[in-house]
Amino acid sequence: MSVPYLEFKNIGKRFPGVVALQGISFACREGEVHALMGENGAGKSTLLKILSGNHAPSEGELALAGQSRQFAHTVDALKAGVAVIYQELHLVPDITVAENIYIGQLPHRFGVVDRPRLRADAGKQLAQLGLDIDPDTPLKQLSIGQWQMVEIAKALTRDAKVIAFDEPTSSLSAREIQQLFRVIRELKAQGRVILYVSHRMEEIFQLADQITVFKDGRYVCTFDDMQQVTHDQLVKAMVGRDVGDIYGYTPRPIGGPRLDVMALHAPGMKHAVSLSVRAGEIVGLFGLIGAGRSELMKAIFGGVKPYAGEVRVDGRPIAIRSPIHAIQAGIMLCPEDRKAEGIVPVHSVRDNINISARRNAVRAGCLINDTWEADNSQRKVRELNVKTPSDEQLIRNLSGGNQQKVILGRWLSEDMKVILLDEPTRGIDVGAKNEIYNVIYALANRGIAVLFVSSDLPEVLGLADRILVMREGAISGELSHDEATEETVLGLAMPREMVAA
Amino acid sequence: MNSTSTTPLPADFAASGNSTPRRKFGAAKIWDNYGMLMVFAALFVACSVFVPNFLTMINMRGLGLAVSLAGMVACGMLFCLASGDFDLSVASVVACAGVMAAVVINRTDSIALGIFAGLGVGLFFGFVNGFVIAKLQINALITTLASMQIARGVAYLISDGKAVGISQEDFFLLGNSAWLNIPVPVWITLICLCVFGFLLNRTLFGRNTLAIGGNEEAARLAGVNVVRTKIVIFTLTGLVAAFAGIVLASRMTSGQPMTSIGFELTVISACVLGGVSLKGGVGKISYVIAGVLILGTVENAMNLLNISPFTQYVVRGLILLAAVILDRYKQQAQLRQR
Repeated sequence: MSVPYLEFKNIGKRFPGVVALQGISFACREGEVHALMGENGAGKSTLLKILSGNHAPSEGELALAGQSRQFAHTVDALKAGVAVIYQELHLVPDITVAENIYIGQLPHRFGVVDRPRLRADAGKQLAQLGLDIDPDTPLKQLSIGQWQMVEIAKALTRDAKVIAFDEPTSSLSAREIQQLFRVIRELKAQGRVILYVSHRMEEIFQLADQITVFKDGRYVCTFDDMQQVTHDQLVKAMVGRDVGDIYGYTPRPIGGPRLDVMALHAPGMKHAVSLSVRAGEIVGLFGLIGAGRSELMKAIFGGVKPYAGEVRVDGRPIAIRSPIHAIQAGIMLCPEDRKAEGIVPVHSVRDNINISARRNAVRAGCLINDTWEADNSQRKVRELNVKTPSDEQLIRNLSGGNQQKVILGRWLSEDMKVILLDEPTRGIDVGAKNEIYNVIYALANRGIAVLFVSSDLPEVLGLADRILVMREGAISGELSHDEATEETVLGLAMPREMVAA
Repeated sequence: MNSTSTTPLPADFAASGNSTPRRKFGAAKIWDNYGMLMVFAALFVACSVFVPNFLTMINMRGLGLAVSLAGMVACGMLFCLASGDFDLSVASVVACAGVMAAVVINRTDSIALGIFAGLGVGLFFGFVNGFVIAKLQINALITTLASMQIARGVAYLISDGKAVGISQEDFFLLGNSAWLNIPVPVWITLICLCVFGFLLNRTLFGRNTLAIGGNEEAARLAGVNVVRTKIVIFTLTGLVAAFAGIVLASRMTSGQPMTSIGFELTVISACVLGGVSLKGGVGKISYVIAGVLILGTVENAMNLLNISPFTQYVVRGLILLAAVILDRYKQQAQLRQR
């Protein structure tokens, strides 16, 4: 067992009005990969910025090999042998790979760049990483995965002892990820200290020797023995409570037909689509991106004018010329792009909740009823557990999960019969996802028909009573909760040529 | 219509109390509401002390009359800006409505018919602007740039390019009489400010206007009738501009086709100076009051100090620039204090 090389001692960081980190203490050993995990906003990125000298800690200190260090600037950190590789790579696309690797410390003679030495040195660095890249290639001709390798090579030229990775795999292909992992294992074998931030559990289990979990800017715990850690334990540590199966599916009684979509065809859809959702039923609509799912949802809601087709609620046809007609008929939509289509960012949580239902609460047909406005929004904030200091807070200051809850609160203020949810949990962390699932179940239990679109296959499998799969703009199959598996659903979703190949 | 049907979640769903409603009465909120009014107050005191003849009855009446025109037109502009658009045609509508009123009064000898004809001009141009922008989805800049030229052209056509003297002297009372020693146009402006402030704050129409400006697509998908609301906004803007034009014609005892050239930019400047966001979604009537008063006072003081009109342009531009830079810092400060 090796000795601690990098130590965080009671690190804290405050920004005006926010405590981003508090009392962070842990140590990383030489020759080990130390993973950092936590939900969005848990403070992992802030810690890396302190490590790289981007932020100065408000309290506490960093120690390298037992020596206390303070980095006033990124350059100080680099000189001390600490390199942080961010999601957004700091490289110059228009110059060569070799120049990027030695940028800031190009070998030169009397101010003239020593090209042959530059090429030779860069080639050596790349070979050390087992990479077959010509140092004279302009960087922009390489793939994103190769860019990352160049960034690592750059860190090695500074003889970085500590290398931290912030979500390095978010834009890599499977093969590039494997190459990255091979390089990381190589670095580890050389006795370097690796910090690794990622959301992806499988990666952590493949790579990490230790895992430290953060929550809300505080240190939660460190798992030392990877043999003993389970997936559930990790999630529990991150979320702060036992989520068990985060979907928590239980069958519920299902009533008669509630929403009937008959041969609906609208701009952006390849074919006319028919489907039906029963009262209390949760139907998941799965399909690859571009299958026309969002367009279908918007067409049902009247957000785009359909070419043809009919929508019925409880057997009654409704005119779907605009969203107002859909809302009056009891159909609600939580749109896919929350920021662009869901919230009014410069307005308060209260205004965002009341934006639609206030038309029914006005006095004399047009006068705002302040009592109702405050009561309704505060009730919805309580019911949905929206985390905000007050309902007068601007909604853009809330996290994605809480913004989604506000949009749900908007529709809970209406007489809802059908709810259409387009990617309801995209970009939302595990804890808030779970709360949103519980709202969905509560709505279904009240007899509301739920139709949701999701690209997250486990979510579709875990949540839906029935799954409709779309392929090339048409519904290609239908599976019950029990029938559906990843294989059966993907088999129906893949374009036919790809399946044949 | 008072009761609303909602969709309650089961009682046991409500999570354990997490919300502690805490109102924030910080300096930030006071500054947001009254900051520019305080700037105006400081400016007013400074002018009273340092500018000779500023704090006299005659000058105060002059100042009141000067800001009344901008105040009225800015009421409509506030709604346009709050909904994320703007209207460049207001100055031309002021001129066109004044000329139309003058011509119709002279032809029919009826003051009422003249006023209706003038208002009709505003109604027409406002509705056309709104219809083209909201229904046909044409950019507001181009649409109102076009209607600005059409309205100005119509004003020249019906007046034959000359000022139209008005024959009915009773009509002059509208712009030239006073009540409680305060000129009638100032009273009219105060009424406009109250009415439009009430509309924006207290009515469904006003809230929908702000929602559209804050995020048009989100408002549409939340069931706000964007097309209808926008048509109403532009129609109201046209109407209030036309009414300002009629009052102006009464003050000048004639309809003048070449009046108020470039005035639309003064009005937009005043709104932005007061704190109305050009991006939409943020606006208050108090902002408009502050902006109009500050701009009017500066102009008045410069006239009293015999500063040349050429310099005045430069000063006005600098003030506007300073205001928008200040606004940018204010927004960044708001973002940081989360």
